[in-house]
Amino acid sequence: MSIVLNTLAGLGAFVRENLIGLGYATRMFLAIMRRSAFLFKRPRLVTDQVHFVGNYSFVIIAVSGLFVGFVLGLQGYYTLNRYGSEQALGLLVALSLTRELGPVITALLFAGRAGTSLTAEIGLMKAGEQLTAMEMMAVDPLGRVIAPRLWAGIISMPILATIFTAVGVLGGYLVGVPLIGVDSGAFWSQMQGGVDLFSDIGNGLIKSMVFGVAVTFIALYQGYESKPTPEGVSQATTRTVVISSLSVLALDFLLTAMMFSN
Amino acid sequence: MAEPTKYMNQADSIVSLKGVDFSYAPGERTILSGLNMEFPRGKVVAVMGGSGCGKTTVLRLIGGQVNAQQGQVLFEGQDVGQMNTQQLMTVRRRMGMLFQFGALFTDMSVFENVAFPLREHTKVSEETLRDLVLMKLNAVGLRGARDLMPSQISGGMARRVALARAIALDPPLIMYDEPFAGLDPISLGITARLIRYMNQALGATSILVTHDIPETFEIADYVYFIANGRIAAEGTPDDLRASTDPFVQQFVSANPDGPVPFHYPGKTLLEDFGASV
Repeated sequence: MSIVLNTLAGLGAFVRENLIGLGYATRMFLAIMRRSAFLFKRPRLVTDQVHFVGNYSFVIIAVSGLFVGFVLGLQGYYTLNRYGSEQALGLLVALSLTRELGPVITALLFAGRAGTSLTAEIGLMKAGEQLTAMEMMAVDPLGRVIAPRLWAGIISMPILATIFTAVGVLGGYLVGVPLIGVDSGAFWSQMQGGVDLFSDIGNGLIKSMVFGVAVTFIALYQGYESKPTPEGVSQATTRTVVISSLSVLALDFLLTAMMFSN
Repeated sequence: MAEPTKYMNQADSIVSLKGVDFSYAPGERTILSGLNMEFPRGKVVAVMGGSGCGKTTVLRLIGGQVNAQQGQVLFEGQDVGQMNTQQLMTVRRRMGMLFQFGALFTDMSVFENVAFPLREHTKVSEETLRDLVLMKLNAVGLRGARDLMPSQISGGMARRVALARAIALDPPLIMYDEPFAGLDPISLGITARLIRYMNQALGATSILVTHDIPETFEIADYVYFIANGRIAAEGTPDDLRASTDPFVQQFVSANPDGPVPFHYPGKTLLEDFGASV
């Protein structure tokens, strides 16, 4: 009997703790939004962070995009070739990248590259009493430190996803056309005819913006709420990668169902 | 009812604690109990006691980072615990705080660290800001280190930069949290002299939380000893040196055993080893 009660109590505590955490995170998110208006007066705070989280992720995003494009070109050709449709390789590569792989892989790479860096930075600022010092100087860290980083993530993610997609298409072209010998005109014209600006590229950009909000906020929240110890920061960094990755995949499913269903 | 402090009748206190009870969570260990303290304007007042006795909590209460469960924490006559966020932010502009390890912003240079409060709270031109920052850095002897990053300076220098940052807005109250911890003898002497000098130069009040007896007794006008969440002793450094109170004697003489026991409470030697020493 006591085992059943203990299990129920444990489950109840788990659900309660997670609900409290979710409520707290929601309040923090709204607080950041309320404090974001002043960034219009000081855009430099955001642009500096765009450089930090966006520019520093550029190389990993571009290189990954190129290799994903290579693989898509190869796999796409082998599959399409069975049905004699290898002329549609450009369309397959472009749709795969704009709709799914561009936003999703960029978000996963961003979580690993910039997300962990943001969590560690905020966690170490907390451990070094820098956030408390800021509060004692009558400066709100949510507005001065957290909000510019969140907006930088939201701005950077669609740009990085676009770069990933563009480089990926180029990778698919290099494998498909010069290497395998698919007709260059067919590669580009099928892509031009089959990719819609709003439903494919537009929805892909919306996806990457949503992922930008999710991944950056999770990274900042984990850093802000981390225990101010080396173990605390290390655990928070791990949680950022795990929670961000799962959130991106779950959100991708929801967004795809909403955007591309009839 | 807590006993009144000897400074209780000071009419011109910048900070007053009146019957303050504090614990970090309901049901947890009581950190402060019925605490009364007065911090008169223009004085250097030290708050001393063993590690974990609640010294830093006093600073956190004054800064409004935590609130008392009972009693009042008055800054310039206003109850800090009753203030909303906006009021608290306004009041904090009139407080400077030096953290134990400086808490410098590691992504900013020494110059930018000192300029931070000025950039956030004033609209002075870049030229004026430069002059103000260099004057503050000059006061702590680090005008030449303006372009260095916090990772390139020693712990003692970081503490001095943090002091320059804490006085950037010329606050009437400066709080120091363990300013002498981990410093070499030269840095320790420099920091102690700077605290006294800043107090005189700015006409400010200084609250010094520390357990470093010699330097504190050199520069403090008045000293509170806290033990078990209460004032265990108080007075001028001369009063305390002459005190026969066993707690003060133990603390001033750094005796390992006394009213503050060496051994953590537990089983007797007889119970643990079957023998007594």
